[in-house]
Amino acid sequence: MSRLKIATPNQAQLTVERLYKDLERRIIASPPGLCPVDLQLSFLKLCHAQTCGKCAPCRIGLGQLQNLLEDVLEGRGSLKTLDLIRETASSIMDSADCAIGYEAAHMVLAGMEGFMKDYKHHIEHGKCSCHITQPVPCVALCPAGVDIPGYIALVREERYADAVKLIRKDNPFPTACALICEHPCEARCRRNMIDSSVNIRGLKRMAVDNARANTVPVPEKAESTGKRVAIVGGGPGGLSAAYYLELMGHHAVVFEEKGKLGGMLRYGIPNYRFPRERLQEDIDTILSTGVEVHLNTRIGNGEGEIPFGQLRKEYDAVYVAIGAHTDKKIGIEGEDSHGVISAVEMLRHIGDEDMPDFKDKTVVVVGGGNVAMDCTRSAIRLGAKKVGIAYRRRQDDMTALPEEVEGAIAEGAELYSLKAPHKIEADENGNVTALWVEPQIIGPIDAWGRARPIQADVPLLRIPCDIVVVAIGQGIETRDFEEAGLSVKRGTIAALSDSEVEEVRGVFAGGDCVTGPATVIRAIASGKVAAANIDEYLGFHHVIPCDVEIPPVRYEDKEPCGRIQLSEEEAGVRKKNFDAFECGMTKQEACQEAGRCLRCDKYGYGSLKGGRAAIW
Amino acid sequence: MVNLVIDGLAVTVPEGTTVMKAAAQIGIEIPHLCFLEGINEISACKVCVVEMQNMETGRSKEKLITACNSAVEEGMVIYTNSPKVRRVRRSNVELILSQHDCHCATCARSGNCNLQKISNDLGILEVPFKEEVPQVPWDSKFPLIRDSRKCIKCMRCVQICDKVQDMRVWDVQNTGSRTTVDVAGNKTIDNSDCTLCGQCITHCPTGALRERYDIPKVFDALADAAKVTVVQVAPAVRTAWGEDLGLAPEDFTEGKMVAALKRMGFDYVFDTNFAADLTIMEEGNELLERLANPGKYAWPMFTSCCPGWVSFVSKRYPKYLRNLSTAKSPQQMFGAMAKTYFAEKKGIDPHNICSISIMPCVSKKREAALSYMRSAGAGQDVDIVLTTRELVRMMRAEHINPKFLKEEQFDSPLGESTGAGVIFGVTGGVMEAALRTAYAVVEGHNCEPDAFRAVRDTRGIKAAQGIFESGDAKGTDGVSSTNGSEAAAVEEAYMLGRREADFELGGRTLHTCTVSGLGNAERLMQDIVAGKVNYDFVEVMACPGGCVGGGGQPIHDGCEMAEVRGRELYRLDEERPLRYSHENPEVQKAYEEFLGKPLGRKAHELLHSKHVNELVFETHNYF
Repeated sequence: MSRLKIATPNQAQLTVERLYKDLERRIIASPPGLCPVDLQLSFLKLCHAQTCGKCAPCRIGLGQLQNLLEDVLEGRGSLKTLDLIRETASSIMDSADCAIGYEAAHMVLAGMEGFMKDYKHHIEHGKCSCHITQPVPCVALCPAGVDIPGYIALVREERYADAVKLIRKDNPFPTACALICEHPCEARCRRNMIDSSVNIRGLKRMAVDNARANTVPVPEKAESTGKRVAIVGGGPGGLSAAYYLELMGHHAVVFEEKGKLGGMLRYGIPNYRFPRERLQEDIDTILSTGVEVHLNTRIGNGEGEIPFGQLRKEYDAVYVAIGAHTDKKIGIEGEDSHGVISAVEMLRHIGDEDMPDFKDKTVVVVGGGNVAMDCTRSAIRLGAKKVGIAYRRRQDDMTALPEEVEGAIAEGAELYSLKAPHKIEADENGNVTALWVEPQIIGPIDAWGRARPIQADVPLLRIPCDIVVVAIGQGIETRDFEEAGLSVKRGTIAALSDSEVEEVRGVFAGGDCVTGPATVIRAIASGKVAAANIDEYLGFHHVIPCDVEIPPVRYEDKEPCGRIQLSEEEAGVRKKNFDAFECGMTKQEACQEAGRCLRCDKYGYGSLKGGRAAIW
Repeated sequence: MVNLVIDGLAVTVPEGTTVMKAAAQIGIEIPHLCFLEGINEISACKVCVVEMQNMETGRSKEKLITACNSAVEEGMVIYTNSPKVRRVRRSNVELILSQHDCHCATCARSGNCNLQKISNDLGILEVPFKEEVPQVPWDSKFPLIRDSRKCIKCMRCVQICDKVQDMRVWDVQNTGSRTTVDVAGNKTIDNSDCTLCGQCITHCPTGALRERYDIPKVFDALADAAKVTVVQVAPAVRTAWGEDLGLAPEDFTEGKMVAALKRMGFDYVFDTNFAADLTIMEEGNELLERLANPGKYAWPMFTSCCPGWVSFVSKRYPKYLRNLSTAKSPQQMFGAMAKTYFAEKKGIDPHNICSISIMPCVSKKREAALSYMRSAGAGQDVDIVLTTRELVRMMRAEHINPKFLKEEQFDSPLGESTGAGVIFGVTGGVMEAALRTAYAVVEGHNCEPDAFRAVRDTRGIKAAQGIFESGDAKGTDGVSSTNGSEAAAVEEAYMLGRREADFELGGRTLHTCTVSGLGNAERLMQDIVAGKVNYDFVEVMACPGGCVGGGGQPIHDGCEMAEVRGRELYRLDEERPLRYSHENPEVQKAYEEFLGKPLGRKAHELLHSKHVNELVFETHNYF
């Protein structure tokens, strides 16, 4: 008899391991709008299956909680049932031996707190208050509600111009979103249940690469209404609103403070991610509808500026989409030294082709968001000797897209994680010589589920450098608008969800200046919402249709198949210039990737409730 | 054109045709449950699965697709009954049966149920799964009954209410395994927008939806020696009552229907058509009165004979209640006359009269129970309302074989009717009948009987039912395959459902509009409210095609009968010796002996009502 054995998993264990992975992906692809109480019950069932069976609270209690939840779901529950659920879960939490028990109970308690309303709804009405509103997960998660299965099917048929037309029904920036959208649409893609999400952005890129936006004509405009709408801000939100308003027959007049249109698409996103000529394709298309543009024109109370009140008087409606273009300060000693530059300022100069001189300099970027990565990678391209990123938390906690962080590291950036800025050291001339940081250790998880850094019991650390780029967020220049009567809450302009500004009739606002710094697709969505509601406000009800016929489904099997990733120029080459480095798909790749789409517009709930909004 | 092979037979069909339709062309009926053409093509039941043979790489050899919403492809090879199809189809039916109350013997739809038929056809004599029949409480007093135990969640009711009637009363409720159909929002059926049009009943594949059964009350009345039973039969009933009795249309005549009712023991068998003529006398004259004093009234004038429509106005457009003609519906005029004029004439205490109506309608059950429908002073003017389906069931209970019945006449004095009264049962009929009489009153002589046939519309019936002709832009893949053109097609269908006609009357042009189906009514109301259209007289029937397509009519799964039945009413109109309501001798006599003049004091008391907002006052008053 041998004393020890090497454990090897048997067939059943291996299969279960694989099923765990399947389940993880399935949870990722969970459609929005499900009954939370029903889900809670399913989770409990899984938790109960995990119990070892030793302790009474876990072995019996988790089962009894299921019965109580079942009562609620079957309409047999009362408010007393809820009390009993809470008491039982608390007891399990307090007395279970291990996490299998007390964490399961904790989930129940968290649910009771988080969706008590739904529990009560079940008790009072005998049914759930939840409804699946948009049955297609990708469309549901796209802020602009772009017809994603539709254009994927078109790309598959190589009908690229039609794909661009279809995207443009909901989003006049197909190129921008093809290159730099954060693609929330991919998050709950049902394809995750089989293997992984469809590369939606990549397929959109295939469309705009093969049918450049400026070569696809815009739809016919509605008859002129004679109404004029002023748009403050020539970024993605303002231009989206302008585009749709023009299509509806109103005249849109855009006032842009800077010398060029595009907003953060130009002044926030560097060329290597979004080449200027590609941005121009979208802008040219939008302007082809007849949008009037006034560059270098600021709306405000300063000299040479147009007061907001005048705009309100001269136009039938006003849309404020000024974005978030001011910088935030860290508030540490030495921040006013020479060589400290804000991310906004740095990227603005780059946007105006006025390249900062970083040649052979040592640069430290403070921050962990996408803007910090943009600054880092731009600094490398500007010829900096060394570029570091100082961040308070860990790499995993960064808000930047993981591929951006990995890209920066691949290009040679040094990551100083768990380093909170303490002070900036300067020489006698006031030039930066170093950034002093406080090393941190990662600590307790906060209410939002993020691990909070706490100060480490070690001395301060000196990072020698010539330039410090502060990329810790942007603010909004609200003062002039506040003076004009628009209310400002927590630094943002207060607008309703239909983009109306409550205090001033006929004034609408949206985009970053309302939400705080967000994504381009959210700004576009705001512009679309504003256009629709401005149209209604002006007394019209124009609809935006699209005459593109969507290909029927193909009857093929959906075998598991890997996701095509877009390839990139190698790091050593791309870091030397500002040229775009992401490569589009080949036809072979695009065809395979588009074929992975499960056509949720046709299959599943989409066929019952309609897979698309044909018009808006 | 696309060529394919189904079960070894070659067939060529237009592009976009579904496999189901292509198969039907060569006589292959693919079994299906949830499918309802043009309305519910969601492939939920998965009974219509067929096997597609491998044509291209990337497909397994025996791929199953649903025939109802899959379009044909060139070179397709389909098997509708392969071993795999048989196994899967059977399994899916067994699963559906495991959540279905299979007590067919006590089901209203026994013998007329696709689920029953398919399980029988497949030879399912046992279900291998645990029975899990959900039971949700329902107000059994409400005229519309939903039996959750029989619902198979095919979603047809949701779709017909959304797409055709635009009332959105039903919706998918709950998620996950608890997904079911229920009244939308947090409403109960009695405080919902339900107009009781009954279209969900006539499109339910099982017995999950039905009308409240009132037959026992009728049998009680028939058995009560002290009661004088007076029955009226609506026009549309006679076009449909024999359909489920295995009779050819020419064999279920009005005369045999009268004979059957007499055999069952009704003391007096009368015709709602008589009251329809009476309605025309009142409503036609009311229209002329309104036209003479346009400033006093709200325009356009709406017909008021359809309780589904009246209920729609009170729930959706209460401000427009005053546009409704104050004339009661024929059912209620009849009830009021039966318990007054007829009672007086025969010397019967009206309290001893049990007034029964046979209607193609579920909404009539609620109308009869409204508190202001008691003009005769002897309880409700109409005591019991039966649907056509209930009449048929009663005949069966009384083991009446219509083949051996001899034709009999309606009784007098409420039995005579003209062709104008007959066509009340079809969309446009009320309008046409009213115009025939209005013309005679204004011009002093009769028009040609068919002078107003422009208000008739058969295309509209199809449009009202949401059935798109092939060649329309409607996609075949279940979802709209087009964007803008789909919206245009829907728009076009709505316009088809609206029949506009102008007539010269008394030196002025009368603008009329006729619609049927509440979806069409909603569109019409939106246009009226927006001031986009201007009419003088508008006829609305809640059910597509009018009462012939009513929610109380016999059910033929997947088959719309309104058009055929409507033609029968027009035939009866043509055959009637009298075709103008004002020429009905019994109506004339009723005015002479009893009512006085149209719109007179007595007529107002008995034959008119202000349409109070039934939603507010009457929610719980349905017996």
